[in-house]
Amino acid sequence: MLEIKDLHARAGEAPILKGVSLRVNAGEVHAIMGPNGSGKSTLAGILAGRADYEVTQGEVLYEGKSLLDLSPEERAREGIFLAFQYPIEIPGVSNAYFLKTALNSIRRARGEKELDAMEFLSHAKEKMRFLEMDEALIQRPVNEGFSGGEKKRNEIFQMAMLDPKLAILDETDSGLDIDALRIVAGGVNTLRGGNRAIVVVTHYQRLLNYIVPDFVHVLAKGRIVASGDKKLALELEQRGYSWLEEKESARA
Amino acid sequence: MAEKDKTQTYLQDLERFRRARPHESESWVEPIRRRALSRFAELGLPSPREEDWRQTNLAPLRRLALRWSGPEEAAAPKRTEVRDLLFGGEAAAEIVFVAGHHAPELSSIGDLPEGAVVESLLDGVEKRKDLLVDHLGRYADFETRSFAAWNTAFLRDGAFVFVPEGLAIDKPIHLLYLSRGGSEPSVAHPRNLILVGKGASATVVETYASLDDGTFLTNAVTEIRVGEGASLRHIKLQEESIRAFHVGALQAHQERSSRFDSLSFAFGAGLARNDAGSVLDGEGAECVLDGLYLGRGDQLIDNHTVIQHARPHGSSRELYKGILTDRARGVFSGRIVVRPDAQKTDAKQTNQTLLLSANAAVHTKPQLEIYADDVKCTHGATVGRLDENAVFYLRSRGIEEAAARSLLTYAFAADLVGRVDWAPLRKRLEELLVARLPLGEEIRGAL
Repeated sequence: MLEIKDLHARAGEAPILKGVSLRVNAGEVHAIMGPNGSGKSTLAGILAGRADYEVTQGEVLYEGKSLLDLSPEERAREGIFLAFQYPIEIPGVSNAYFLKTALNSIRRARGEKELDAMEFLSHAKEKMRFLEMDEALIQRPVNEGFSGGEKKRNEIFQMAMLDPKLAILDETDSGLDIDALRIVAGGVNTLRGGNRAIVVVTHYQRLLNYIVPDFVHVLAKGRIVASGDKKLALELEQRGYSWLEEKESARA
Repeated sequence: MAEKDKTQTYLQDLERFRRARPHESESWVEPIRRRALSRFAELGLPSPREEDWRQTNLAPLRRLALRWSGPEEAAAPKRTEVRDLLFGGEAAAEIVFVAGHHAPELSSIGDLPEGAVVESLLDGVEKRKDLLVDHLGRYADFETRSFAAWNTAFLRDGAFVFVPEGLAIDKPIHLLYLSRGGSEPSVAHPRNLILVGKGASATVVETYASLDDGTFLTNAVTEIRVGEGASLRHIKLQEESIRAFHVGALQAHQERSSRFDSLSFAFGAGLARNDAGSVLDGEGAECVLDGLYLGRGDQLIDNHTVIQHARPHGSSRELYKGILTDRARGVFSGRIVVRPDAQKTDAKQTNQTLLLSANAAVHTKPQLEIYADDVKCTHGATVGRLDENAVFYLRSRGIEEAAARSLLTYAFAADLVGRVDWAPLRKRLEELLVARLPLGEEIRGAL
């Protein structure tokens, strides 16, 4: 589904990704772990089409086609979803209007019938019940005045509504207490399965207790320095990142 | 023609009109007019050397020879032509003016509770002298302000609103001012007086609109008195033609524990200047001055506000937001004066402008003058562009870039529009936003 080949990217003059290669197949859950500044969020941003980075080398194929030429909205319509580390507050725009516009843009692009207000609301309420969210949130302005946990749940709710093929969760656990973490992870788990691929980007292992990955990769200084299964995450939990970083420095 | 001569010409129009109706000169209002007339003759139009007019050059207005004409020349449009502007069915009362003159055939007094008065000022002045005499010409300063002097010299018609003690009028009162450019540029001087008695409450909406896309000047003055414990919500929508000039003064005087809430939407006119102010002349008075200005093309929109805290425990909240594109210019000057007596004043002022093009500009100037020591006063101004992170957020959900930008621009304006809870007016505002904001059509589906 997703194939990243020798990806190099920089922000301004500073190189951040220095040759990342990764393959994600349909139905798989991958975790990308790494210390601060390792390039995790850059990778997530590049996949979703954030314009702050310049790709200098390498390519990204999504369902066999080059992803990097597509605009962010085209990627969304092709089935890519990024759950933001810092969801944006948009005062003056209701969650309902925002999501209905987004959903219908995507449905239009897929040649599906657009939903009218009633259809949209019943669909939204069903998903909210599923995620145990307060239905009142749908009429509130997007993320405005939401707690950290509400914002992250709102991201997962958007994901449930937009039904992506590839979901990238960028530090979805950051700023969450354990109860909120459990709820958010539970939401993600309900969306697991079938052909949907999920890439979980995280600094900490604890999220992976709840969203158990099929594969774990460690990103350090712009490269993937180790890959393995969920045991790798536990090893990182015990030993920290430094041994891998040292190994990488020795190699370089 | 020299400036002085032009001023004289304006006054001659008036004299000619007066000679045909000598009884109007016998009114008790005549000395007020005479005084204002002599002040206007001395002041002329403001020059850019005056601090309050430094950013707003009136040269294009000076070049015009504006004609003032009496009511017999102000042909009222057909109802069907102004259907979108008439909210009569949903208003407590609606009075329509054409070129500043009352148009009874378009006006309707619907649901007005007994004791309340909504009528043309021309009628009110003679019938209700006792009610008006202590207020008319008392609040809007025509000694030093040219446009107010000009308006007062021509003081004749406009709206008179009176809400007696203890009466709450639920539905808004709508005052609609229509002008047309016609074959030669004209001027109208609508004059309004709104009196809200002790403990009473009301909402008054003033709409200023055009019947064609021609050139004219609207020079409006509204004076307001809010009695003890009373509450007045005032909403002004100015959507005049792009060739029009609009100058409006709104001056309130508040008694103890009263509330005055003003919301101004300045969307139209090539050059628009609003002066809004209130004197909080009783303990515990509350004042809200909010506004939204939209500028595109070469529009210049100038808002000057003055809040005078004269007594203790008063509070004022001020939020002016602007969206400017193309070569439009905005001016915001917000003065807050806290007099020595006004301890425990709590004042907050904010001006936020969204600039959507490199050639749009805003000049913002907060002025706090504090003569009391135990007060809380803050002000802040921001000037910026759309948040690119927010644009990306929307696009990452599948929304087209144009629609994302439109949505965020609309959202910036939405909180002020959302404060209007009167459905027909809010619908009108939403329509105007969609029509006037860049890429506005992108979000028509939102409405």
